Amino acid sequence: MTAPAATAEAPPARSLPGPSSQVLVQFGIVAVALVAAFLILGVEQFVNALTLGAIYALVAIGYTMVYGIIELINFAHGDVFMVGTFVSLSFLTSLGFSGAVTDPALLIVLLVAVFLFTSIVMGLVGVLIERSAYRPLRNAPRLAPLITAIGVSFILQNVVQIFYGPFQTNSPQIFPTDAFVEIGSAKIPVLSIFIVSVAVGLMIGLQLFIGRTRLGRAMRSTALDRDAAALMGVNINRTIAITFFIGSALAGAAGVVYGLQYGVTRFDLGFQAGLKAFTAAVLGGIGNTVGAALGGFIIGFIEVSAVAFGYGRWGPAVVFGVLVIVLVFRPAGLLGQQVGERA
Amino acid sequence: MSVVQDLPAPGGPRALRARLRTLSSRHRSWSIVIGMAIVGAVLPVLAMVPPFSSFQTQGAWVDGFTNAGVFVLLALGLNLVVGVAGLLDLGYAAFFAIGAYAYAYAASPFGNQILGIDLTGLLGDSRGVIFWPMLIVAALVAAMFGVLLGAPTLRLRGDYLAIVTLGFGEIVPIVFLNSDALTNGTNGIGGVFRPALPGIGTFSAIDPWPYYFTMLGLITIVMIFCYRVVGSRIGRAWEAIREDELAAAANGINTVTTKLLAFALGASTAGIAGAFNAAKLTVVSPDQFGFVVSFTVLAMVVLGGMGNFWGVAVGAFVIYTINNVLLKTLNQFFDALVPTLGGIPIIGEVVRLLATIDFIGLQFLLYGIALVAMMLLRPEGLFPNSRRQRELHAVVDLPGEDEMTLPEVTEEGGR
Repeated sequence: MTAPAATAEAPPARSLPGPSSQVLVQFGIVAVALVAAFLILGVEQFVNALTLGAIYALVAIGYTMVYGIIELINFAHGDVFMVGTFVSLSFLTSLGFSGAVTDPALLIVLLVAVFLFTSIVMGLVGVLIERSAYRPLRNAPRLAPLITAIGVSFILQNVVQIFYGPFQTNSPQIFPTDAFVEIGSAKIPVLSIFIVSVAVGLMIGLQLFIGRTRLGRAMRSTALDRDAAALMGVNINRTIAITFFIGSALAGAAGVVYGLQYGVTRFDLGFQAGLKAFTAAVLGGIGNTVGAALGGFIIGFIEVSAVAFGYGRWGPAVVFGVLVIVLVFRPAGLLGQQVGERA
Repeated sequence: MSVVQDLPAPGGPRALRARLRTLSSRHRSWSIVIGMAIVGAVLPVLAMVPPFSSFQTQGAWVDGFTNAGVFVLLALGLNLVVGVAGLLDLGYAAFFAIGAYAYAYAASPFGNQILGIDLTGLLGDSRGVIFWPMLIVAALVAAMFGVLLGAPTLRLRGDYLAIVTLGFGEIVPIVFLNSDALTNGTNGIGGVFRPALPGIGTFSAIDPWPYYFTMLGLITIVMIFCYRVVGSRIGRAWEAIREDELAAAANGINTVTTKLLAFALGASTAGIAGAFNAAKLTVVSPDQFGFVVSFTVLAMVVLGGMGNFWGVAVGAFVIYTINNVLLKTLNQFFDALVPTLGGIPIIGEVVRLLATIDFIGLQFLLYGIALVAMMLLRPEGLFPNSRRQRELHAVVDLPGEDEMTLPEVTEEGGR
């Protein structure tokens, strides 16, 4: 997933990694995990897990990018995802769509439109949150921005609750959910293939952006050493704002995907989803975008396996159990590097 | 930032305050007892005086004060963890739940059946006396879980701790919800025995006073305990860790055990509050202990003033009362205005709009806004800890991104 070029200019960062020589190891881990999951779950649950994992992965990337650059657990990020589901829902219903769109050309236009619209809106929301709630506290004690983040999370939830009510809201599933690709006896929904490819496409795009562009380099250098980056002429405020924009835009895309896949949403969706996505980010190694993607898929597999084996009610408990275990035995995550407390 | 101005002038109200302050810091425990006695005596009287008497009856007020007291206890305990030791615990309600379930197991037919004891057979009508020893047991059980959770996680960096405790706060209600055979699932454990005292008998469901006095006693004890422990070597170690963990460790503080102790003591306070709450409500169920409780208590601590026990207690009390009395009354108030003022052109529109707003439903939005505003405008809280306030406002001007001036070093603590 990582572009294998330009290794020299990127020293191994503890955050927002650029291209690195670990690529092969990372691919190996992913491959082994996928084969194992495939053997355990069977085709259909495997696809379910991939779809769910793709959503968690998209949200987890936002957590990990923000943490990588300003060392803040953005508690509001799960709620940004939740707002994304509502923005996409409102966009589609205001255009008058409520069910599957069968005309392929219209569907493509519509999908592009809804992804662009939601991502941009959520990106701007993310920038707004950063500007108003986090930037003034950048030099404050560490507890302060964490507490504002929780405050922002509650503000988002309640604002949505005021507009859409406390109950489940139906989201138009414009992508036909009854289209399948048959492989042998197994039926794989086209929607799942679409979702996973969108997610993977976005992740590859992100890796290229971080690894190849000027802005990406600014982000990496800011994550590594903010003061030094500023001295080298990087506009720190703008770079952090862009990080929030990208992270929140990806959460918005995840919101669109969630609506397409599950067809319902609710104001408190972001809390649990955010927790799980954060678990994914920690599992993969916080600050590491590839790790976050990997962690997202792993969490998806854990949750789907819990359901498949009849322990669905215990799903969240299992996920948090995993979080605690990872933090105890490998606090740097699967792909991260050991770091001490910043003094 | 001149410190000289703060020196008390000779004579006048300032000197009196200073004398009172030295007196109260020299006899900390007695001043807490006296302070709580005054507060405990004034509140019920206040409830009989307009405008407060117009909201609800004195009995309802006293009952409300007692419920607020549960949150005061929780806030005091969380203050030890967040305010003093600087460990952000977002799953504090879990310990509240553990305390409540601990009491419910010892003091309910369902729990007794599971534990294989028969309290009613043993003690008859005075079975409620189990409440008093169970306060201590609940505190110990909660503290034990605090250590269990803290031991692996307190080695981690500060913000990981926040997320692990958040996860723990989610897991505990899920476990209580899903272990049907042991916890009766969603319905929870009902028929929990009310407390009893020899001489008074079992506390009545309709008489709020015994609970009120019990709560006053509990808060007094916890408050004294908090002040004493914070004034001790351990308390100073907590503050040192909060300010700079590396420096604290370098000075010979065992950071892991010290943090564990903060966690355990904070948890035990929540355990006591849980046991009391279970005994008062006579039912425990998983939905009483969601993230909302953890969040509310955190908001109380932050708004009250992290690190200052009186501030936190007042913050908790005020927020609880605002939520449960004022917001409810606001709804009724605007509803009542609609028939009289609804006809007037612009005012009528406004009143009708206000009447449609569900203020109780908005309380979490208000919390959220209050938390953000407080952190941005007055991070030390409404009733700040004096040391923390000085520290937060003696901000050394850090070089901004666009202006690179040399930081101006401010001398703290006089010349």
